[in-house]
Amino acid sequence: MNHTTRKWSLRLVVILYLGLLVGLPVGYLFIKAFSSGFHAFWIEVTKPNALAALRLSGEVALIAVPVNTVVGIGAALLLAKRKFFGSRALQLAFDIPVAVSPIIIGVSLVLAYSRIGWFGSWLASNGIQILFSPIGIVMATMAISLPYVLRSVLPVLIEVGKDQEDAARTLGAGPFRTFWQVTLPAIRWGVLYGVTLTIARTLGEFGAVLVVSGNITGKTQTLPIYIFDAWDQNFDTVGAFAGALVLASISIVALIILSTLRARERKLHVDLA
Amino acid sequence: MDTPAKRTSSEPGAPPARKGWRRFSSRLSSSFGLYGGTSLIVGYLSIIVLIPIAAVAAHGFSFSINTQGWGAAFWHWHFSAGFGTFWHDITQSAAISAIRLSLWLSLSVAAINAVMGVAIAWVLVRDKFPGKWFLEAFIDLPFALPTIVVGVVLLFLYGTDSPIKIDLFETWMGLMVALLFVTLPFSVRAVQPVLASLDGEAEAAAKSLGAGGFRTFLWVVLPSLWPAVLGGFGLAFARAIGEFGSISLIAGGIGRTTTASSYIYNLTQGFLWTNAAAVSTALLVLSLLILIVTNVFARRIQRRLAP
Repeated sequence: MNHTTRKWSLRLVVILYLGLLVGLPVGYLFIKAFSSGFHAFWIEVTKPNALAALRLSGEVALIAVPVNTVVGIGAALLLAKRKFFGSRALQLAFDIPVAVSPIIIGVSLVLAYSRIGWFGSWLASNGIQILFSPIGIVMATMAISLPYVLRSVLPVLIEVGKDQEDAARTLGAGPFRTFWQVTLPAIRWGVLYGVTLTIARTLGEFGAVLVVSGNITGKTQTLPIYIFDAWDQNFDTVGAFAGALVLASISIVALIILSTLRARERKLHVDLA
Repeated sequence: MDTPAKRTSSEPGAPPARKGWRRFSSRLSSSFGLYGGTSLIVGYLSIIVLIPIAAVAAHGFSFSINTQGWGAAFWHWHFSAGFGTFWHDITQSAAISAIRLSLWLSLSVAAINAVMGVAIAWVLVRDKFPGKWFLEAFIDLPFALPTIVVGVVLLFLYGTDSPIKIDLFETWMGLMVALLFVTLPFSVRAVQPVLASLDGEAEAAAKSLGAGGFRTFLWVVLPSLWPAVLGGFGLAFARAIGEFGSISLIAGGIGRTTTASSYIYNLTQGFLWTNAAAVSTALLVLSLLILIVTNVFARRIQRRLAP
């Protein structure tokens, strides 16, 4: 086998594999969307339960994303500045939600905070319900989307180094001013990258939320759960399809943002997984 | 008054001297930055992740903790059934076969994508052809798509009403396609940067000494790639063994295609939380082991990539 044949056969294998595995299914989703028409799609998406699910997903993201962004930046600043006792353990702990099954994350929240869990009776006596409520959904989503800002910001922060911050401090800037005027502008693309990943994960989270939410139609259904319910319980393939299309479109927009950012910031390449 | 003359009187380059309240508040804020910041982050992490995970393990081993009062919570645990219950729960035949299915599926999926990941990374880094950017963008799609969307999409194409007449509903093949789909980016992106960082000098040397293309790849390129390949294997394996959303639809509802995650979910639907905790613990230990091992590999790669 000479060089050219080998090159072409490798190319062919890769294109076929990617085409069959990724291209065909995703392409089919959009082809089917265009063939069935926008009107049918619009009817499905504006059903009350679908709208309620869309709204809940948005509200959950509105809480989970800012909190995880602040925590992620804070942890990145902490881990980049100095090594301290347990800093490796802290970094590893942030990765737990990605390494562990989302179903287990859901089960873990139930076993800690629901009525049967460790703090359940204490929470219940204070009128806080975690299971089958939006609070549980928010907590599950926060847990699942925890590591992305840290992972995106930390490598950028390490690359930027401390020189500029030291210079700012030498010139008399306090820690807050240094952060806002020196550090944050330097890591802004990393932050944006992490936030985009967090939003994508937040809107798409399924397993963990399914366990804690109790799947109450119109009340504790996020969009992914609405899709699952439509398909699995109500045999409403058109509704599931419309919901999937909404989420797929959002994630493709996210993907475009991510690849633009990666082109801008070389360090962002490594830490996707 | 703080005149310019006064400022220049201190040593050049040194931070301006702070006195009294200014110095105190500056120290306070910087130590808050360290200790306060750390404890806030650790506290959040504990509430969201660490305490719940500990609760799973504890319930898994059937520590029953009396939570009637706060003080009692920490003193009043009894090892009632302990390890016996845990062992009983995970050795129930349905649990065993679910874990076994997850294990062999995840291992084979990680292995297939490790091979394909190297091939894809090779084409992306070394090959040039029009439309390559499109392939490049494709790689991350499975990562960005919500898992349930993957499930719906795959069931559309490979379900009972398949337009291409390939029905993988309720088969292990269907599960495998879903898992190959979702783990693809991990395998590719782990290898790609390392491959791109090789300077090609050693390869040129091997070729000039008469080694063929394949031999060069096997003996020169692969040895520097394998930590990355193994890292990608670990990530893909961890993701596959915990995956739920993308396989939940195509698996249907039969025992033959129930993976560990689906099994745990089914237990929660029957409110069998202790059993769910037991199987979760088994899976948890496995996942955390993979996380630590992969982390070691990742560190080794980072050291290699660092200039």
